[in-house]
Amino acid sequence: MPLEVLVVEDSSGDIRLTREAFRDVNPFIHLEVAHDGVEAMAFLRRQGVHLNAPRPDLILLDLNLPKMDGRQVLALIKEDDTLKTIPTVILTSSEAEADVLKSYQLQANCYLSKPMHFEAFHALVKCINDFWLTKVKLPQQRDNVDEPEPGAHAGYERSPKKSRGTKSGGTKSGATKSGATKFDATRRNNESDRRQRSAH
Amino acid sequence: MPLEVLLVEDSPGDVRLTKEAFHAANDSVRLHVATDGVDAMAFLNQEGAYANAPRPDLTLLDLNMPRMDGRQVLARIKSDENLKTIPTVILTTSTADEDIVTSYRLHANCYFSKPVQLEDFENLVKTINDFWLTVAKLPHESLTAAVVPRDGKSLGE
Repeated sequence: MPLEVLVVEDSSGDIRLTREAFRDVNPFIHLEVAHDGVEAMAFLRRQGVHLNAPRPDLILLDLNLPKMDGRQVLALIKEDDTLKTIPTVILTSSEAEADVLKSYQLQANCYLSKPMHFEAFHALVKCINDFWLTKVKLPQQRDNVDEPEPGAHAGYERSPKKSRGTKSGGTKSGATKSGATKFDATRRNNESDRRQRSAH
Repeated sequence: MPLEVLLVEDSPGDVRLTKEAFHAANDSVRLHVATDGVDAMAFLNQEGAYANAPRPDLTLLDLNMPRMDGRQVLARIKSDENLKTIPTVILTTSTADEDIVTSYRLHANCYFSKPVQLEDFENLVKTINDFWLTVAKLPHESLTAAVVPRDGKSLGE
């Protein structure tokens, strides 16, 4: 199963370097790019052309972006009940203490500054992959629909096939059936998206 | 300059292993231990015996603890204007999806489940050290200190 990474970055040079570095370190990563904050939010909310966008497992977010800057994007992500669980890593050329502090105040998961040199940048991407996409436990919540109420997380189990016969599931039956069904339906869409993508 | 790490953990065995692993990974780390959630909040708020406790650069937080559990501690840290900027890493035996999602929803900076094998545990501590205390940019205390004054002294060992 590919890991979905959303890179929010306006510099075409940095996009290219990020893409190449990820390709080198982990072929299972599917990289998506948003070039400004407005596009990033449309992607995350599956609006317009992003209707079938996958839910990212990780977001790499630049701070200084056109239209809507990274601080605003970060604030919107971390205030949104369905998006806030997506680990969001600030990756920016800024080393200003005020930017570091502000990002953690807005609940960034971590802050990394972009190194100037290509080799160091490549090493940093490897480090992000090894840490966030290999060692860290990521939330298995691949969906943008409304959250079921707490206690309904049984619906997040990995196999979506048997959501009807919940009787013997042994799960806490806080999960509403409609919630689980809606979730499964969207998940199936995600899965078929992924299959289409990997067919290219 | 030492790096202050607060470990919130009730298992004496895990405390000892974490101490040893940090000692091996980075000798500038000063590890402080709170054995439950109440103790952790007293340390972070510099209350009682912790009046001179340093502000942690990083907090490692177990989920299942006596008195006040890790979810409550996490919720308090991340809703406190002064404490929320401290990177807080969940380090727990739980691998339940529900615990993982809840932790991220409460703004844990990241989540790890404790490996069973000693060697894997040591490697994980090294990974945490290398990433959080070497690669990641941490918020600078002096700026946060403008919010709540701190004397900058550490607990006299």
